Amino acid sequence: MSAAKNINITLKIWRQKNADSKGNIETYKLDNVSTASSFLEMLDQLNEQLINERKEPVAFDHDCREGICGMCSLYINGRAHGPETGTTTCQLHMRKFNDGDTIFIEPWRSKAFPVVKDLVVDRSAFDRIQQAGGFVSVNTSGNTIDANSIPIPKDDADKAFMAAACIGCGACVASCKNGSAMLFVGAKVSQYALLPQGKVEATQRVQNMVRQMDEEGFGNCTNTGACEVECPKGISLENIARMNREYLKSSF
Amino acid sequence: MAKSALLKSSIAKKYWMALTGLFLCLFLTGHLAGNLQLLIPDNASAFNQYALFMTTNPAVKVLSYLTYISIIFHAIDGIMLAIQNKKARPIAYAKNNPSGNSSFASRNMAVLGTVILIFIVTHMVTFWAKMHFDKNMPLQTLSVTDEASGMKQDFYITTGTGQDKFLPVNQVDGKNLVIEGNKIFIVKPIKVEFAQGYKDLYKITLDFFRDAKYGLIYTLLYVLAMLALGFHLWHGFASAFQSLGLNNPKFNAGIKIFGRAFSVLVPLLFAIIPLYIHFSK
Ligand code: HEM
Ligand code: SF4
Ligand code: FES
Repeated sequence: MSAAKNINITLKIWRQKNADSKGNIETYKLDNVSTASSFLEMLDQLNEQLINERKEPVAFDHDCREGICGMCSLYINGRAHGPETGTTTCQLHMRKFNDGDTIFIEPWRSKAFPVVKDLVVDRSAFDRIQQAGGFVSVNTSGNTIDANSIPIPKDDADKAFMAAACIGCGACVASCKNGSAMLFVGAKVSQYALLPQGKVEATQRVQNMVRQMDEEGFGNCTNTGACEVECPKGISLENIARMNREYLKSSF
Repeated sequence: MAKSALLKSSIAKKYWMALTGLFLCLFLTGHLAGNLQLLIPDNASAFNQYALFMTTNPAVKVLSYLTYISIIFHAIDGIMLAIQNKKARPIAYAKNNPSGNSSFASRNMAVLGTVILIFIVTHMVTFWAKMHFDKNMPLQTLSVTDEASGMKQDFYITTGTGQDKFLPVNQVDGKNLVIEGNKIFIVKPIKVEFAQGYKDLYKITLDFFRDAKYGLIYTLLYVLAMLALGFHLWHGFASAFQSLGLNNPKFNAGIKIFGRAFSVLVPLLFAIIPLYIHFSK
């Protein structure tokens, strides 16, 4: 890897005071950005600059900054989580950009993810979908059975685990031309449907989660596959097909 | 579940899109087999027989109603889905790069479908409606020259009865005509029975694509519509299996390859017919 250098960039960032105000794109010049810094560190640097200029810093979501929590977002130059595939924005580095680049940064655009401020969107629609059925009911009154006492075929366990890798970031919704949440819901339905513990409530789960998904105003999947490409956790379209099968099974 | 869910839920709408879409693929195959008979050099008889069969056979009637319902349902459901999907993103991205993660066809199914819908409607007005409702539809005619006398006359072909399937409506001096292949023989005088004539859809089709003024435009528009159909199926064929939950790593590659072959071959063969008709006059 080549040594870090400093680049000068132009940023075009969506600024919006609050949920009710009309936002717009603002242009900022940011000099001396180290290519070794992460994308979010670059935004930290911008915010320092803005604070020094006594301007309002840019609000953006982040938490773990190590690609596991799903909190960071950002639609960067027309792609969810930026130009790299299989990465979250916190794992994107400035070495992917060149001196003199103009970078567009926008919030996730979805009716179901309203903008709270600047680049921060409200993703609680995902929470409500989870609450509608993304769980198994377990008796916790002292005689809980160890989950590992139930034998599970390796293949099923692997697939369930891969589905459970979804971090609920919403990149699938953001990159889908239909604003569809089916990759997320497909992953959450699959992660339980594949396991014996989840089969008990499978019928209700898929019905309730899909109903909640529709109520939240997400669009309908047209199988463009954009979500699978942009998902930082490599969640497969197979999970949407599994959800469709589960839904059909549960409808009769 | 709620009774309406099998119509209203996002996933159920997808099942219907997929089922009707795949049924329409079957319809396309049948329709293509029929249309290709336009290219058989037999004085139109194969194609016109086929056209009669298609408008009268009871089994075909059932299939054709299924096809009408499928197209209407597929189009209405598809447009409704597209409107809902537009609403799911009220504010567009200022900068978007969708070609980085999805194909042109997959992103434009509704536009392509609308082009196909416009095509289907005009197609039905020009051919289907004539065949079904036009009382003045020309019947198939043949120009026959009697080699001995040099006499030339046009004959209508009728369905006739028994083995002599092709009997003329007009009698020439009480003589009867039998057609074998492209040749017409005058045989012993017999009584000629009137039967249902073959409506000459062949002539209508040829006249349409060879029209002196608009023939070329009609031909090119037809080809354009087939291009839209090709793109629609390039994505749609395999997509329908995914919608129905039929995603299995063992079969995915096969479905995709078959779908793409279908999406190239079927529209191409459809398009060759008017091209041939227009440019072979
Ligand atoms: C002979 C004509 C047609 C055939 C064979 C056909 C076939 C298909 C197939 C196989 C699909 C994929 C279904 C899926 O993804 O589950 C599809 C999707 C679609 N079709 Fe058609 N179609 C035809 C005509 C039309 C027409 C007239 C429209 C009218 C607008 C239309 C609009 C759509 C739309 C919007 C989709 C995407 C729906 C979605 O994936 O949610 N199609 N079509
Ligand atoms: S499926 Fe992928 S893109 Fe969608 S929320 Fe889960 S991790 Fe994010
Ligand atoms: S901040 Fe946790 S995944 Fe990016």
